[in-house]
Amino acid sequence: MSKTILTVDDSRMMREMLLTVLRTAGFNVVQAEDGVHGLEVLSQSEPDVIITDINMPRMDGYGFIEGVRNDSRHRATPILVLSTESDPEKKNRARQAGATGWIVKPFKAESLVEAIRRVSA
Amino acid sequence: MDPMESIKQTYFVECDELLADLESGLLALESDEGDSDTINAVFRAVHSVKGGAGAFGFEALVEFAHVFESTLDAMRSGTLAVDNDNVKIMLRAADVLADLVQAAKDGSSVDPARTQTLADELSALITPQDGAPVTGDDGEPAADSWGFTPLKLDIDEPAAPSRWILTVTPTPAAYAKGHDPAILLREVARLGDVECWLDASALPDLNALDPEGSYLRWTVFIDSAVEETAIRDVFDFVGEDCPITLDREAPADQPLEDIAPPPAADFDVAALISLAQAQSGSDPAMPSDEPAAAPKAADHEESGGGREPSKQAAAGATIRVDLERVDRLIDLVGELVINQAMIAQRVVESELGRSSSVAIGLDELEQLTREIQDSVMAIRAQPVKSVFQRMPRLVREVAGMTNKSVRLVTEGEGTEVDKTVIERLSDPITHMLRNAIDHGVETPDERVAAGKPAEGVVRLSASHRSGRIVIEVADDGKGINRPRVREIAINKGVISPDANLTDDEIDNLIFAPGFSTASTVSNISGRGVGMDVVKRSIQALGGRISIASVPGRGSTFTMSLPLTLAVLDGMVVTVGDQTLVSPLTAIVETLRPKPTDIRLLGPKGAVLAVRGAHVPLIDIGVALGWRDEPIPPANGVILLVESEVGGRAALVVDQIQGQRQVVIKSLEQNFQHVDGVAAATILGDGRVALILDVDAVIAARSRDRFEPQPLAQAS
Repeated sequence: MSKTILTVDDSRMMREMLLTVLRTAGFNVVQAEDGVHGLEVLSQSEPDVIITDINMPRMDGYGFIEGVRNDSRHRATPILVLSTESDPEKKNRARQAGATGWIVKPFKAESLVEAIRRVSA
Repeated sequence: MDPMESIKQTYFVECDELLADLESGLLALESDEGDSDTINAVFRAVHSVKGGAGAFGFEALVEFAHVFESTLDAMRSGTLAVDNDNVKIMLRAADVLADLVQAAKDGSSVDPARTQTLADELSALITPQDGAPVTGDDGEPAADSWGFTPLKLDIDEPAAPSRWILTVTPTPAAYAKGHDPAILLREVARLGDVECWLDASALPDLNALDPEGSYLRWTVFIDSAVEETAIRDVFDFVGEDCPITLDREAPADQPLEDIAPPPAADFDVAALISLAQAQSGSDPAMPSDEPAAAPKAADHEESGGGREPSKQAAAGATIRVDLERVDRLIDLVGELVINQAMIAQRVVESELGRSSSVAIGLDELEQLTREIQDSVMAIRAQPVKSVFQRMPRLVREVAGMTNKSVRLVTEGEGTEVDKTVIERLSDPITHMLRNAIDHGVETPDERVAAGKPAEGVVRLSASHRSGRIVIEVADDGKGINRPRVREIAINKGVISPDANLTDDEIDNLIFAPGFSTASTVSNISGRGVGMDVVKRSIQALGGRISIASVPGRGSTFTMSLPLTLAVLDGMVVTVGDQTLVSPLTAIVETLRPKPTDIRLLGPKGAVLAVRGAHVPLIDIGVALGWRDEPIPPANGVILLVESEVGGRAALVVDQIQGQRQVVIKSLEQNFQHVDGVAAATILGDGRVALILDVDAVIAARSRDRFEPQPLAQAS
């Protein structure tokens, strides 16, 4: 059974790109536009892996990750952060919030799929 | 379309929105209306532009966006002040960013010196600045901590360094963040040959077991050829949540047990892992037994089934529709309106009575049609924001060129108007703004001398007023220099030296063809285009423009336009046996003339005295060739009209039927251009009525005037 990935990103272009890459790799893709929307989508779906941006309106990635971890249904779901930033302090903050991994944008299709494979059983 | 190409298109559409957000955010900051959310939004905009640019390899764009972003980040974190000077630099940086996006889009080039200058200015704002180009940041991006290369070497050399000993002790926090030791160990196993031991000695009895606790630790012996960083990289992100130790194995003669914790050989390792992982429900992968091939197999499995995402439909609140389809719909609704009017006419003719069921049903139909028409028009209606948001840049540039300090304030950006009108608003607004800055606002020195703040304010606003959109451009500059305007008008022969004009009339002289008050024609207001062209282009849209000015206090240009070009407010009139529609915007007033007000002029011509002025009389029947002799004007009705080309005129028609909104049908598209006729429409009775082109009719008459005629004799 193919895995379901939830992507949370405010950029339409990034959503489209993720959709193309992940679909090509054979995943089911569910998408959300920001943290608040992401939590809404989560309430009705059970993704195997969550990929989220950090800089988003309404609720940023940190808030979203904390929200996911507070929901007992998703507290063990791997969360990958997809961000243009790579400084250790931000990574650490994401880790504190409960993120599982970090991918730097722009990403290569293979490395994204590889990262998903690395965090999901 | 190639998926990447289509994503690229999306990116550019998105960039336009982001750049607009960026600019409006910066403007809000400039006018002190911004807060930390605004700074965040501004930062996000640049950040997203950069993110997408990186994906498509637009390096110049990425580089500049990165510098810009760093500066904004400093502002966001509070280390850089949000003051006017800094925001001004950022506004200019936003312009450069927009140019770079444009360059990426159409392959045009951007002056690298300008980009560099601004990048330097931005960098200078944040000290200490590394100044290094961003490429380093993005050169190794995709990899980061994940981009290791699995290294597999067969090493027979006994002299090679001894094996690695890795201990992995996950804390409960690691499990809480979705980490799975099995997966981490599997990754380690991919690096090379491993030998993995589980220490489950800390595992309590089942009744004492905390399901969220962490009781297991692992010791892994890893092939010596594997690089240390590769091993550490696996645990990079889990970090302190899963402490590891990594050492070289002691010399081979030392017994293994001395270093490694005693392996719990009696335990069924797989069962224990699955126990520890039971809560997360993940597949218990056996790290020590799982060769690197297994995940690969899993990948293949995954690529087998590509299913549609389930809950996507709810995501988008807007859809993009081809404009042609909307136009077609509008055409059809136009036809529907006409058809409905025709049926109504038939019902009246059949004398069924107003209370008959047909008539009542028809009333409902009429109401519905009108609602459909409004709704369809609303589809095409768009906020003027798309035009307004281009203006701050223009103002900056013009202000820069004229060495004036000007702030643009916009109001009513949400005012909606038909798309076709929006497209044609840009030029008149551009001209009015240029004019306001170039001729209206004074230099900072002059302003201070006049007791005003050094920075001028130009206000651009839009609003709805009685079914029209009104756009105002108001400046707080010096106002119109009336004596000078009058002098120029006389010199250019626009008015005669003894003309007696009101202030208003003098102000409106600037709309006269070929008028320019600047002593030297500047290339800003100019381009050889004067306010007369602005006025004409607005009139072509069925609009009007006027000016109000107070010396020393500023001028206000007001233009009003119809909300749509698809329907027109018209006066339906009868001429001979024909029905005509005259655009309401052209008509100043209608009247029944007294015979004494009509003065004959030459053999055919006549003028009408209206409040002391004489206006040429034009018989529409004659002008359009429907009759040879004009009817006595006193028997008809006069439409007093105004046009830019020939001033005022009195059009003689037989009768006025009423005012009505009519759907415009282009004559050129279906037939050909006819002088004096702007378009056609279909009336309720199904007959075609021509829409009068008032300007053309008056212009034709002015041409006739220059044909040799006997001297005028007043009767």
